[in-house]
Formats: sequence, C-alpha cells, structure tokens
Amino acid sequence: MIDYQFNIADLCFALPEVFMLSAAVVILLLDLYTSERFQNLTYYLTQITLFVTGYLAFTLIGESQVIFDGTFVLDTMGSTFKIFTMGFAMVALVYTRHYLKVHNLFKGEYFVLALLSILGMMVMISAHSLLTIYLGLEIMSLSLYTLIAIARDRATAVEAALKYFVLGAIASGLLLYGMSMIYGITGALDIAQIATFATSATLVSEQVLILNFGLVFLVIGIAFKLGAVPFHMWVPDVYQGAPTSVTMFLSTVPKIAAAAMLVRLMIDGLGAMQAYWSDLFMVLAILSIALGSLVALMQSNIKRLLAYSTISHIGFILLGFATGVIEGYGAAAFYVLAYILMSLAAFGSIIALNKQGFEAEQVSDFRGLSKHSPWFALIMLVVMLSMAGVPPFIGFFSKLFILQQVVSAGYVYLAIIAVVFAVISAYYYLQIIKTMYFDDADKEIVVSAPLDMKVVLSINGILILVIGLMPSYWMVLAISLF
Amino acid sequence: MIALSDYLILSAIVFCIGLAGIFINRTNIIMLLMCVELILAAVNTNFIAFSYYSGDVAGQIFVFFILTVAAAEVAIGLAILTLMYRNRGSIDVDVTNSLKG
Repeated sequence: MIDYQFNIADLCFALPEVFMLSAAVVILLLDLYTSERFQNLTYYLTQITLFVTGYLAFTLIGESQVIFDGTFVLDTMGSTFKIFTMGFAMVALVYTRHYLKVHNLFKGEYFVLALLSILGMMVMISAHSLLTIYLGLEIMSLSLYTLIAIARDRATAVEAALKYFVLGAIASGLLLYGMSMIYGITGALDIAQIATFATSATLVSEQVLILNFGLVFLVIGIAFKLGAVPFHMWVPDVYQGAPTSVTMFLSTVPKIAAAAMLVRLMIDGLGAMQAYWSDLFMVLAILSIALGSLVALMQSNIKRLLAYSTISHIGFILLGFATGVIEGYGAAAFYVLAYILMSLAAFGSIIALNKQGFEAEQVSDFRGLSKHSPWFALIMLVVMLSMAGVPPFIGFFSKLFILQQVVSAGYVYLAIIAVVFAVISAYYYLQIIKTMYFDDADKEIVVSAPLDMKVVLSINGILILVIGLMPSYWMVLAISLF
Repeated sequence: MIALSDYLILSAIVFCIGLAGIFINRTNIIMLLMCVELILAAVNTNFIAFSYYSGDVAGQIFVFFILTVAAAEVAIGLAILTLMYRNRGSIDVDVTNSLKG
C-alpha cells in the first residue's frame, strides 16, 4: 500500500528551501572561523542568502505542483508569500544590525537562527500535509525561542523566552491533539485527502462531530500562534521582554507563515467546514479587536503598546478570513502585508532611537523628536496615522477592504463594532504623535542610526504612503492568490 | 481485545492531566515541562491507536517526528531554564513574573 517514489527532479521545486538550509549551515560554519574584525561578513552573507532565496522563489512563480508524496506544495500563493517573507526579513535585518551593534549583541548565531526560523516559515507556507505544517511550525518556533534568549544577561529577555516557550509548547500540543483527531477520522495526513473526505456527502453526524472536535483544537493552535484573544497572554510579555530587534522580527515575518498555516489548514483542508470555523474566527476577531484597542490605552511602554496594537490588527486579519469568500481572504492577505510594513517601520523608528547604553522603550522616549529630527518624526507620524486607519495611508485601505467584505457577507454589526474600536484605538496612536510634536524633550535625543538604516526606514515610510495611494493593484494581486 | 475508544479515553485523560497541571501548577517550571510532555504523550497515543486500527502507518511515522521535536524542545527549554536560574537565582513561577502591565 505504500507506493512512495522519490523523484530527484522534484528537488528543484523545493530549491528555495534547499538553498536556504545549505546557506544557513555554511554561514554557521564560516562564522565559527572568521575573526571579530570580519563580523559583518555573516550579516552580508545572510542578506545575500535572503535575496537569492527570494529570487529563486520568484523564478518558481506560476508553477503548481504537489511533490514529495503529497507533503509539499508549490503554488503561486506559496511563492508570493515566500518572496514577501524574504523582503520583509531583509528590511528587518537592516534595522536589527544597528540594534545589535549598539547593545553589543552582534553575534553570528543571531543571523543563523533568523535564517533557520525563516526556513521553518517557508516549510509552513509550502506545507501540504499535517506533518509538514507541524515540522515547519516547530523549526520556526524553536529558533524564535532561542533568538529571544540571545540577550543572555537580561533577566527580562530570558523571562520572555521562557514564557514564549511554555505557551508555545502548549499551543503545539493543542494543535497536535487536533491533528490527531483529524487524522483519526479522515485516515490521512495529506491536506488534499482531508479536503476530499470533508467534502464527501456521505458523512454521518458522528464523523462531522469528530471533525469539529479536531477543528476546534486546530483553531486554538492557530490563534495561539497569531496571538488572538483569548490566547494572547504571551504577546505583551514577550514583546516587552525580548530585545527590540527580536520583537520586531517576531511581530512581522512569522505572521505571514501563521496566515499561510491558517489558509492551508482551514481553507485548503477543511474548507467544507467553513460554516463552523467562520463563527470561531469571528468571536476571536471581535475579542482581539476590542481587547487590543482598550488595553493599549493604558500602556506607557511602547513595545507593550505595539503588542496590544498587534492583537487588534490580528483581529482584523481574522475577520477577513471569517467572511469565507475569496475576496475576504484576499483582503486578509493584503492586511497581513500592510500590517507588517507598518510594524517594521514602527519598530524601526524605536530602534533608530537606541544608542550605546540606552534602550528606547517608553513612549516618553519620543518626546521632542520632531525638533531634533523632523524627518524621522514624520515617518513615525505616517506609521501611527496609518495604523490608526487614516486615509490615504495603507492602513486605511487594508481596514476598508476587510470591512467591505464583512459588510457584503452580511455581518454589518461586526463591521460597526470593529470601526468603533478602531476609532478608540486612534487615541493612543495620536498620543504618540502628540508626544513627538508637542512635548519637550527631557533628555538629549539622538537618532544615531547608520546610513543604510536611515535609507531603508525612509523607503519603508514612503511605501506606506505610496501603496496607500494605489492599493487596488495590490488588492487584485492578493485576491489572485486564492 | 482493547477497543480504539479505550485508547482514546486514556489519551484524553492524560491530555487533561497535562493541561490541568500547567494551569494549576504554581511552583516549579520543571513541572511545566513535564506537563507539556504529558500532552505530547497523549497525542502520540492517539496517533498510534488511530494508525493501528486503520492500518495506515503514516500516523506512526508522525509519532517519530513528534518524539524527535519534543527532545529538541526540551533541550531548548532546559537551556532557557538554566539562563533563568543564572539571572534570577530561582526557577519558581512566582519569581519569574516581572513582566506585567
């Protein structure tokens, strides 16, 4: 009954993953043998690796294959998500380098671990079996736990790593329990076979019940990884405790992989159960939007504030998926990309304020930024307005597309609740703007970022405006992925 | 003859013990790791039982992967715990809760 055939030619469809893994191993070895003077070598090699991997994924666009005995899928959505993952990771690493340099954390392991976690994300994005989803998730998570703990002497970072580790392990356990139930009833790990089983008309009610039972656990696992209420407990603590560069990485790139996991499990696999999971996602979404908007009002630590802001953005993403139509999924994918772009710029601005021996993490650290450095204050202004959902920035259109789909799916009351909380959340975004523009600096404020970071941060800020001016192209692209 | 349902009930009980242990336990983080292992053991039981009764080996292969990943996970968990002890001098749950807001 096992007719597994390994075709060596299939490897070229997994070329981005193969290249990434080999490059990560080579960089790890090279880093061992290079002296302190050439430390930057690891960094540049990492950036080149990300670029080449992104290019390889780009050359595979248009291919559609299921390979390795149905465990790995190559499709346009996967390739596009991988390209965006690489692009955002490159931006994140540019900001990261400045942070690591000023805090004496610049080590080769950091970049290798980042590469390995990105490898895990790629596996998740291309997973076509419960096994590959789980393995990709663990490759990603294990590297991320270690990344947080890389600041070994900071008690807060280690505590954040521990909390993330324990809650992440519980989430994996719950996800696995759901997977075992799905496997038990469908008798298959392959996503396509699960989909065939779930759509077959001969299901008796007991079978639907067990599918539902497994489904709930899968949803909990996904919600944990995305950080949706009520499974958000780790988000604020980890965001606050982790070194800012890791927080930035954590809050941006893995969200693409988590969204891909949601698409593979819920839409590709259990699409027939959409009526059931839509309701679950709606509850998660509304709770996330509400709690994220309300609790952030009371935060003075900007990393913690952005953590709650992330939770509310995740709520909007889930709302898009909950509509259960292709346009809704497209809107959610667009929101993920928009959110990551904004989040990168926000954390980039925080990192730009870091200098030797000074860790910027309070809202008050932004006092008087507009007088000292009007350009960076302007970028932060754009980011905050965009996050609050003010036109013409990207954040406005991403919210608009989601709400359009929610309304046309007939959930007007959900759209109203979401808008009300979005308005409430505007308060804390505006407060940061007020701090930058109207408060006087109580200490010397320095933007000591190197030139490359300044350039990338500027482009990042400009993109938030430019994509906001022509969002329809990106929206069409996002819908075409599904 | 042991029925499939017996295995499932056993694994559900082990799973609940593991989950309850995580939420009730307020003393030691090592205990948390043990509870996570219990959850994974429950999952493994499920997979093997389903695999055996349906005659499909994929589930048993999945268990091998879970065991491997669990070993890696514990290694990382204990490494983080060691760091915790070096920084705080204790691995009690109460002592390790400074991030709040």
